[in-house]
Amino acid sequence: MSRSATSSPGISLRLRRRFLESEALRGFSLLSPTLLAMVFGLAMPLLVLFTLSFWLQDYVDFIKTFSWKNYADFFAKPIYGMILFKSIKISGMVTLATVLLAYPMAYFIALRIKTNKLVWLILITVPFWTSYLLRVFAWKLMLGYNGVVNSGLKSIGLISEPLEFLLYNPMAVTITLAHAWAAFAILPIYVSLEKIDRSLHEAARDLGENAFMTFVRVTLPLSLPGVIAASLLVFIPTVGDYVTPSLVGGPSGIMIGNIIQSMFGKAFNWPLGAAISVMVMLTITAMVCVLLWGTHQFRRRVA
Amino acid sequence: MNVNRPWWRPDGFAVYAVIYLTFIYLPVLFLPLFSFNKSKYIAFPLKGFTFQWYEKMINTPDLLEALMNSVKVGVAVAVVSTMFGLLAAKAVTRYRIPGQGPVLGFIMVPLVIPGIILAIALLILITQLDIPLSLWTVGFAHMLLCTPFAMLVLISRMEGFDKSLEEAALDLGEGAWMTFWRVTFPIVLPGIIASLLLTFTISFDEFVLAFFLTSTDPTLPIYIWSSLRFPTKIPPVLALGATIFVLSFVVVSFAEWIRRRGVKLESSSGI
Repeated sequence: MSRSATSSPGISLRLRRRFLESEALRGFSLLSPTLLAMVFGLAMPLLVLFTLSFWLQDYVDFIKTFSWKNYADFFAKPIYGMILFKSIKISGMVTLATVLLAYPMAYFIALRIKTNKLVWLILITVPFWTSYLLRVFAWKLMLGYNGVVNSGLKSIGLISEPLEFLLYNPMAVTITLAHAWAAFAILPIYVSLEKIDRSLHEAARDLGENAFMTFVRVTLPLSLPGVIAASLLVFIPTVGDYVTPSLVGGPSGIMIGNIIQSMFGKAFNWPLGAAISVMVMLTITAMVCVLLWGTHQFRRRVA
Repeated sequence: MNVNRPWWRPDGFAVYAVIYLTFIYLPVLFLPLFSFNKSKYIAFPLKGFTFQWYEKMINTPDLLEALMNSVKVGVAVAVVSTMFGLLAAKAVTRYRIPGQGPVLGFIMVPLVIPGIILAIALLILITQLDIPLSLWTVGFAHMLLCTPFAMLVLISRMEGFDKSLEEAALDLGEGAWMTFWRVTFPIVLPGIIASLLLTFTISFDEFVLAFFLTSTDPTLPIYIWSSLRFPTKIPPVLALGATIFVLSFVVVSFAEWIRRRGVKLESSSGI
């Protein structure tokens, strides 16, 4: 580029040149539409949510003065804490189940299958093309009074009356969520296994490790990023899930998402709902930090 | 799979794979089964084969309207979020931006926030601003959710290609716009198509955001949700579910066929 051509530049031209020369400015101007949309659609709502959690509901209006009352209510009535704890427990179990079940499958596709891996990956994702709501409904079909399990057990003569304890409890919620989120666990684990350099396995075997120890000391630590990604992808959204507990949970399977929804529906107390949401986000953040710290420790000890 | 192993003594992993696939397929396969069942009630035993629920589906205007709403929102969301994703992906892969990590992290936040919390946060903001709820507010919320996905897909595609191709075009006298149109765009096209498909799918199936942010116009998931409470309204929904499933299977197979043909053409023309 010739610079002598712009020896007596006007102010706008000079600005233009500054702009073209600065990578950061050009980068930010490309990024700015996306960033602006996200600031308006994400940062602002979260800020408003946080603010609202310190206001109070007065019939249809808000009392817009600062108050800790919603948080005091949250801790005063044990029901909220209990249901939040139960949601965490259910999501934790769902995460554990999906990751444990998905790992061997991802391992099989990544390391045992030699051709047509894509076909296997598509095969895994096909069931998830069905609407989420219908997939959850399908478990009502499986576990219901005249459902698949009961009819099956009855036809082979194991039971004479349908079992009623299959549906409408935390266990049904756990199974349904573990099924609904299966693909989210397989794909990240598959990607991290696929990235591992095969010669590392051979090296470990050559150096005298058996197959199991090779897995524990080479494959598993190297695939941990995928396992963590999978855990987070499953754990975080399922804590706040609303659909599954509503359809298959019954009264005992209620989760914190149902409570939040009710604050914006029947109970009509938006500020308390906002405060509960803030507590959920804080709890999730704390749990995620613990998980990341734990895997860090594990890695240091094994690798 | 081990090639030398006889089929009657399969590898433990293969057995596990079959069991796993059964677990993820079995519940879902009962849905189309009941869409052909000659009974209003979704329960065993089966009563006989019928196409009546597919007829009913075509003759339920509410259902078709909800379907159209979802398609409209999905297409708009796919286009807008892919554009946002493309701009962001180009910015982060082509320029060194100070604070890139936090900025990217911020754009990814919708992926790590429970849907219901994002939904009520948006609901509060929108009502505080006195904006009426409509399909537009649903579309806006879906755009927030889909942009990070679009960006991730496009970043992985853009990281793969050689920056010097763009520089060559610029050196040879193309303007910035024509360089994008004639060099960058064709190379990134598979990523753009993947992003459009992914974001459309996410928006099309999204329930919680739409549940909180729509007023009287239901999207398809909202229609499904309301019909799940009335047992007799379910069979046509199952028929629609089966139809959509078959259609998406055809589309994906077709896309895969095109991709393979593309790969073959590329390799045979010696590029």
